[in-house]
This record gives sequence, C-alpha cells and structure tokens, in this order.
Amino acid sequence: MDNHTAYIEMVGITKTFGKVIANHDINLQVEKGEIHALLGENGAGKSTLMNMLSGIYTPDSGEIYLEGKKVSFNSPKDSIDAGIGMVHQHFKVIEVMTAAENVLLGQKGGILFKKEEKKKIAEISERYHLQVELDKVVNDMSVGEKQNLEILKVLYRGEKILILDEPTAVLTPQETEKLFQIMRRMKENGCAVLFISHKMNEVMEITDRVTVLRKGTTIKTLNTKETNPQELTELMVGHKMDLSIERVEQERGDLALKVSDLTVVANDGHQKLKNVAFELYFGEILGVAGIAGSGQKELCEAIAGLQEVKSGEIMFKGENLAKLTPRKIIELGIHMSFVPEDRLGMGLVAGMDMVDNLLLKKYQKQKGLFLDKKPAIEQAQKITDELEIVTPGISNYPVKNLSGGNIQKVLLGRELDLSPEVLVTAYPVRGLDINTCHKIYDLLNESKKDMVAVLFINEDLDVLIDLCDRIMVLSNGEVIDVVDAHNITKEEIGLMMLGKRVKGGDSVVSNN
Amino acid sequence: MDWWIGFLSAAVVAGTPLLFASLGGILSERVGNQNLGIEGMMLMGAVSGFIVAVKTSSPILAMLAAALAGLAGAFIYGVLAITFRTNQVVSGLTLTMFGTGLASFLGKPYVSMMTPQAIKSFFASRPIPILGDIPFIGPIFFKQDIFIYFGYALVIVLGFYIYKTRQGLNMRAVGQNPAAADAASINVTLYKYVHVLLGGALCGLGGAYLSLVYVPSWQENITAGLGWIAVALIIFATWNPYKAVFGSYLFGGLTILGFRLQGAGIHINQYLVDMTPYVVTILVLILVSQGHSVKNAPPKSLGLPYFREER
Repeated sequence: MDNHTAYIEMVGITKTFGKVIANHDINLQVEKGEIHALLGENGAGKSTLMNMLSGIYTPDSGEIYLEGKKVSFNSPKDSIDAGIGMVHQHFKVIEVMTAAENVLLGQKGGILFKKEEKKKIAEISERYHLQVELDKVVNDMSVGEKQNLEILKVLYRGEKILILDEPTAVLTPQETEKLFQIMRRMKENGCAVLFISHKMNEVMEITDRVTVLRKGTTIKTLNTKETNPQELTELMVGHKMDLSIERVEQERGDLALKVSDLTVVANDGHQKLKNVAFELYFGEILGVAGIAGSGQKELCEAIAGLQEVKSGEIMFKGENLAKLTPRKIIELGIHMSFVPEDRLGMGLVAGMDMVDNLLLKKYQKQKGLFLDKKPAIEQAQKITDELEIVTPGISNYPVKNLSGGNIQKVLLGRELDLSPEVLVTAYPVRGLDINTCHKIYDLLNESKKDMVAVLFINEDLDVLIDLCDRIMVLSNGEVIDVVDAHNITKEEIGLMMLGKRVKGGDSVVSNN
Repeated sequence: MDWWIGFLSAAVVAGTPLLFASLGGILSERVGNQNLGIEGMMLMGAVSGFIVAVKTSSPILAMLAAALAGLAGAFIYGVLAITFRTNQVVSGLTLTMFGTGLASFLGKPYVSMMTPQAIKSFFASRPIPILGDIPFIGPIFFKQDIFIYFGYALVIVLGFYIYKTRQGLNMRAVGQNPAAADAASINVTLYKYVHVLLGGALCGLGGAYLSLVYVPSWQENITAGLGWIAVALIIFATWNPYKAVFGSYLFGGLTILGFRLQGAGIHINQYLVDMTPYVVTILVLILVSQGHSVKNAPPKSLGLPYFREER
C-alpha cells in the first residue's frame, strides 16, 4: 500500500440531477504545487465535479479528503474556509459593483474601510501581475479583466487551491499566455491549480498531469509529459478520431453580399459597428474573429434584418438589406439563413417541440386558417435522420430538453433545409462535443460546396484558420483586416483582435 | 408662509407611515424579494399596536407589538418565497389579503375606540431645542413627535448600513446576483430572511403610526391603500433610503393636498389629487428606464427565487 496522502482526494463521487447521472464513481487526486487538468467533452462532468469541490453542489455519495482529512462541504463558505477558490465559467461577479467591492464581498467585519482594504488588494494584484483597476465597475470590464478580478478574489482570500473552469474559452492567445504565467506563479508558491479545458494544446503546454473524464466517469490520470494529444483525444472521445479539419479548396463564385460603411449604434449610444465594410462571395466561408462583444452580434443581426442600422448598406442582389425587415427579406425571395448565438432565445422557441419549431418558418407560406403539420413532420423526420439527432420524439418533446448539440442540429437543419444562398452562423459549435463540432464543420463545408455564401463567427481561432477561406477580424466594432486564412497565425489574429494591425501575410508585426 | 409651514409639517406627518413602509420594502427588495404584502403587514402592525396600546397604555410595548406583527407577516411571506421559492408576486398579494382580513377580524371590537391618553401624550409634538428654532425648517421637521424623529434616525442608520458596511455590501450583492454572493461565501438564505423580516417589522411600524398617532383611533382598513403607494415609492426612490425620505414626504403631501387646498379656498377634488402619487411614479418609472443608469436600476435578482443547485 502507498502511504502517500494526496493534497486533494475525491473518492467515489456520484452526483445525479433528476434522471441524469452527471458524475458516476469519480476518483481524483491532486498534489501540492501541480497544475492538474480535467479534460473531457461537454457533459463529461468536469464542472459538476469541481462544483462539488467548491461547495455549490453536494455529492449524492462519495468522499472528499484534504491532506488526508475527510471534509464535507455544505456550502461554498465551507469550501472557501478550507482554502479552495473557484473561477467559474460564467463569472460570479456583481456587475454593478466595482472590482474592489467584489473582492470584499462575503468578508467578516462591520464598517467598510475602503482605502485600507484597497491598498491590501492592490498589493496582491501587483505581486501576481494581475491587471485589475480596483475602482472600475465590472460592467465596463472586458472579459479578460473580469477573469483577472475573479482570480484576484481567490488570491485575496489566500486560497491554496484554485479551480479554473474553462478559463481560456473567451480569451485571446495573448491573454491566455498571461493567465498561464499567473498559474505558473501560483504553482511556484505551492498552490494546486485545477484547470478545466477541452483544448488539447493548452493542456499539453501548461499542465503537469491530466485526468480524463468521459460521460461522468474517470477514464485515466496521466503525466502530461508521457502522453500526446492523439492519445488524450481517444481517451476523451472513446474512439479513434481524426482531429484535422478539412478545408474544401474551390474557386469561389460571384459576389454575394457587399457591406459598406455599416454603422450600428446601441440604445445607450455606444457605437457597436463603425464603418464596417467587407465582401462575401458565394462558395466561400468567411470567418469572423474578435473578442466577445466586438460587434459580432450586431453584424449578424444587421444582416438578418433584426438590428436597426444607423448608416451604411448591405447589398444583396441589388437590394439593400439594411432597410428591410426579416419578413420582407423572406418575401423578396432572398434565401438567407441566420443561426443566432442564442439558440434557445432567438433561434428556437424553447418550450415548443421540433415540429412546431419547423412550422414557425413554414406557416407563412401556407394558405388558409388551419396549420398543415404534415410537411413539417416529414421535414423533422428527415432532419432527425440526416443529422443523427437524438430525441425521444419530434413532437410533444420541448426542444429545450434536448442536449446543446442536438438543439444546434435542429436549428441548423431547419435553416439548411431552406437551401439558403447566404448562411450566417454565430458560434454554432459553442458548448458542443468534438463529434458534433466536426459534424457541423462538415455541414458548413457542404454548404460551401453548394455555393452558399457562409459567414462563420467563431471564438476558436484554430478552427477558423483550418476551416475558413478568409478571416475578418473585428475589434471594438471596426474591421481591422480581412486576411487569407492560408497563411496567417493564431498569434497574428490575436494581435489584430486587440486592435493592432499586422503587416502583410508574413509574421511581420508592426510595433504597437 | 404660514400656510406652507402648516402644509409641509402636515406632509411630514402624512408621509411618515409611507417612510416606514417604503424603508421596509427597500430592505426586502434589496435582497431580491419583492413583497407586495406591505399593505397587509401595515394593517397587521396597525391593529396589533392599537390593541396593545389599549390594553397596556404603553407606547413602547405598542410599537414593539406592531413591529412583531409586521415581522410575523413577513415570516409567512419569507417561508413561502424564500424557502419554498413560490412566486413572489402571488405570495405578497396573498399576504395583503390575509393581513387585511386578520386586521378587520381582530380590530372588530375596537372600531371607533380612541387611543389611550398616555399614548397620545407620549406621541405629542416635542420640539427639539435649537433645531426647532431654525426658521422654516425648524417647525416643519423638528417640532414633531418622537415617532417621526425615530424615522429620521432610521433613514440615517439604514443609509449607513447599506452603503458603508460590509453587511450592507453583502446584502446588495445578494439582491444583484445571489449565485455570485453564494460563491463569495455569503449566506444567501440568512440574508434574505433577516432583511425580509426586518422589512416586515418596519411596515408594521408604519401601520402603527396611523392607528397610534395619525388617526389616532382604530377604523377598518385604516391604511386605505398607503401600502400600495409605498410599493410605488420604492421604485420612485430607486431603492435608496435617502431618496425615500424625500419621496415619502412628497407623496404624503400629495395625499393631503386636496383638503389643504380646500382650506385655502381652492376646490380640487381629493380623489383627483389622490391619483397624483401614481402618476408621478409612472413618470419616474419611464425616466428611470430611459436612463439606462446602472445606479438607479432595480436589484437584478428582484422577483427571482434562488436555488443553488439549479443548472
């Protein structure tokens, strides 16, 4: 028997939500001074497991040991008192408060002495080179800043264990590098860092050990040095998988969409798009890269006719779409499909079943008072078969109860079935497992082969570079550049996302 | 000038039940719990305060009883809306109906009875030395009764608590984002209960001011809809106790304006004037929602139940 006691040990953890088994008999050991990755697909149970370590969920069965002592966490407070801090995927910050106020939340004591406290906070943020403006209201912060604030909160409490839940999903490559430096510094100080991710290259770069989860069970724990991305993927997915993304090389067709001088102003007076101009051709995939909130949403919605445009034109077949409503666009016979970012909010009606959701786009073409459900039922059946949608039934089963991947397939299936000429998709693979991601990439490629003009907004730069023909980079509502995806690097795009222009196709980066 | 002093000092008196009720509502809504039971809790406080006053002739015991009655009402609401996560609007409305009925039932034998003399003299006007001598301001604000001075103190204490203490910070966090507050080791359920209950106690006191001081006797449905004005007032004050003072006295003034104008020989129907608080509130609501000001926005989790393990 091994007498060594791990820093953190989770034994036989099981957690169910209703009928869904999120974690089944999971075991995990983490040592002091290591960066430990939890790797797994969406729904593998990574976040659930970590939420139990941070006291948000209580396990149905199983035990947690800290330095050999059994602990039981009934609330986040217990976990924090035990020295565990977690940065959640959806940040748990109070938007209307300042950074300093957020750090001071939940502390003991009576009267707030902001000056003294702020000094203390500033010291810590300097020690770890965290860039957080303490008087800034969280609402005004970038995603990167918010994340730094979350880490600062953990460090201020002097926690020894840091859990990061998919921290890099929303960061630029440059911000990610900074985060890694902070993680390394914590490791040097003897902390344990738990890093949840499904990005293979990051796991390989930063971690000491990896624990792979699949469908709520522990598959294996490996030393990062002794493994490779291929092996990890196989463990994660459960079978051999080709990770490469194919780009269909073909001659692009005619000009489809010409956007010029497009400016959109939000209700609060902020300019969301500034003089945006670009061209989209039939038979190509134009990628859009940018930090979250750089105007992607407004661009999509302007093209789909959902966003009021202040000035500028969106020309398609001689019509200026900027002046038309979605209904008008459909009536003019312009076949355009929009797969919005917010699948259940804008894309589908969450409480309706699949057939009714398909009807939403079909009923307008029907005559008479009553709905004819038959074509929609046939279409639903067809899409279900073609896209391998897993559902208990196409009618009488609300789409919101489907998994994220299946919801996305319903939405994409509906839109593609209309054989659009222009397809606008915003983050279509967000939160989907690798298998489904590749299925969606294939669908986009199919559309491209059918000479559809595809606008593809995505946050994963590797995917953009592999899949797209050209990539447009947005920063703060402006188009920084439209580059050829064949010879551009992730780092160059990262710089452009921050608003810096990169000269030429080579990696010659201008200063500043 | 004298008309103004008379009118404004009467506005302070008329606004005092509103001040207590709206401060109570602010406490509750600041932790994310909209309690439409204000009217009910005020009535429960009014009747309990009055009964204890009649039985004991002790003003302190009467106020205590009123606060406890309001707190008891809030407890019913709290168990429903916090522990069982029922719909806050329905729970609050239920409380108002319950409180109204209970007050009528308990108050039946006391209808038209006057407040005992000991109570009346305790709550008689007591000018504050020096402050009371300030021209204009003095007679309006500092030649009033103890209950009103208690209101001033309460505003200062609550203002300090909400904006200057850690507990106040935590409480605001609970109202904004209970999940984030929870993750920051704040006991969300405890914070919700404490503030909802305290809020109820203040509503009870607001009701007691009517039966003990303002009217001062027991009559059925003594609040006559003041609880609903308080609900509007909370929004008017944008959840800020300092603004609630201003709003309470303003709305208090509006409720008596018709009679006062009649006294001055100007005839406007009181029913018409009675509508003004609501009209003003609607205008403020429109202004607030146009401004997109983060500062004046309602607590984000207002009306939403919190369940930690929700996915």
